[in-house]
Amino acid sequence: MNNIKNTEAERLNFWENLYLPEIAKGLALTFKRMFEPKFTRQYPEEIWEADGAYRGRPVLVKEEEGERCVACGLCSRVCPALAIEVQAGETEREKERFPKLFEINMLRCIFCGFCEEVCPEEAIVMSKEFELVFQSQEEAILGKDALLVPISELQDRLEFLRQWR
Amino acid sequence: MNDIVWIIVEAVAKVLFLVLILQLTAAATVYLERKISAFIQIRVGPNRVGPWGTLQPFADVLKLFLKEDIVPKAADKFFHSLAPIISLGIALAVWAVIPFGDYFMIGDRKIMLGVAPDVNIGVLYVLAMTSLGVYGITLAGWSSNSKYSLLGGLRSSAQMISYELSMGLSLLAVVMMASSFSLNDIVAIQEGWGGWKWNIFLQPVGFFIFLTAAFAETNRAPFDLPEAEPELVGGFNTEYSGMKFGMFFLAEYANVATSSALISLIYLGGWALPFSPEAIGMQEGSILFALLQTLVFVLKVIFMIFFFVWVRWSIPRFRYDQLMYLGWKVLLPLSLLNALVTAAVIVFAI
Repeated sequence: MNNIKNTEAERLNFWENLYLPEIAKGLALTFKRMFEPKFTRQYPEEIWEADGAYRGRPVLVKEEEGERCVACGLCSRVCPALAIEVQAGETEREKERFPKLFEINMLRCIFCGFCEEVCPEEAIVMSKEFELVFQSQEEAILGKDALLVPISELQDRLEFLRQWR
Repeated sequence: MNDIVWIIVEAVAKVLFLVLILQLTAAATVYLERKISAFIQIRVGPNRVGPWGTLQPFADVLKLFLKEDIVPKAADKFFHSLAPIISLGIALAVWAVIPFGDYFMIGDRKIMLGVAPDVNIGVLYVLAMTSLGVYGITLAGWSSNSKYSLLGGLRSSAQMISYELSMGLSLLAVVMMASSFSLNDIVAIQEGWGGWKWNIFLQPVGFFIFLTAAFAETNRAPFDLPEAEPELVGGFNTEYSGMKFGMFFLAEYANVATSSALISLIYLGGWALPFSPEAIGMQEGSILFALLQTLVFVLKVIFMIFFFVWVRWSIPRFRYDQLMYLGWKVLLPLSLLNALVTAAVIVFAI
């Protein structure tokens, strides 16, 4: 069959061409929507708990004897936004290297998770924290004191990494 | 002499009251718009400022007052400032002839509800004023000296001219039925028959034409081409900021309220009740009955405002050629036919 009607508009039937029934259908649909339960979360009151897969603020894992980090500098090297600065130091302990200085500029961080992916020691991981507020540029540069987080608080992420990475 | 003073006092009191009420109506319309659009999109909408977010529009206006007023360097300063004043002024001026109810008596003085409601050119005045409203938008588009604004202004004038005709012709049918231009008389002919004498039932075609034209006149979706955001940035108000933008914003919502009021007066029976005042133990002309009439009217207006918002968030914008096609090739012949049939029925059948 040769279809000579070539546009959608030409193939509409009479009632569809009249618009009004179709408009009524559309209005009925939106009217129904008004009474559906809402998905909105009232944020400051209801805080969302992320699961292990969430990439929040990158943090350093802290064990009993101190940080896991051996200051290899790979994270700093891979960071596409150049947000990480590491300066290595040496100790007399068995694990002789440690970061003398470890800074992440949160204004630069893009939460890509490359630092975590490249880390050979599983020492830097993405946490669940997403409420990052800073009053000045200096404040946004997090040092070791702000970055070190006890390993017990990072179990979800570590498990996620073990399972999926 | 004493009488003139009394008339002036009455008029000034009414005007002040009306302007205040209109600003509040515009604010309430903004709130309704945001809330209804949120509900249609399964959101919650503003709920932080005041109970259920009812003070949100006031916060918005306060914010607009505090914003910097930027005028483009190449803009025509005078007309750039004049345009929003025209828009808002005319949106308010239409309400001079819109009645809220019939009348009530204080002593032996008859007080009409409305600034000048029973004038014998009511409908003509409304049509004239809404046509003048184009100047605000067209001037805004032209004086901004920006291509988007100019396109928005041009679209607005073309659209208003196309739809004004069918709007006037559909009103003509109603005017013929009432044999009067006064809005009070038009409401008066819709009384009785237990509500079945409303013009929406006697003039269904005219009602749909007027409704469509009203959407086009107020620049509301699906006919919001003058400010079509995806195509024209903001249309005529692209170059406006601060309270000048706020005035356009308020004017748009005041226009929505105006159109809602007109539709409820002309087609939905206005304040006409299906029973006589004596049936519920009230007297015609008492303040209580006037309040009841006003309440009925306000409820109808709120329903129409709801309808305007509802349509905006349901129907996509028309394409420009579709808009012109609808205006000139569908609505105009239909409204002519409607006027002709009405005239024939009035002349030969009654």
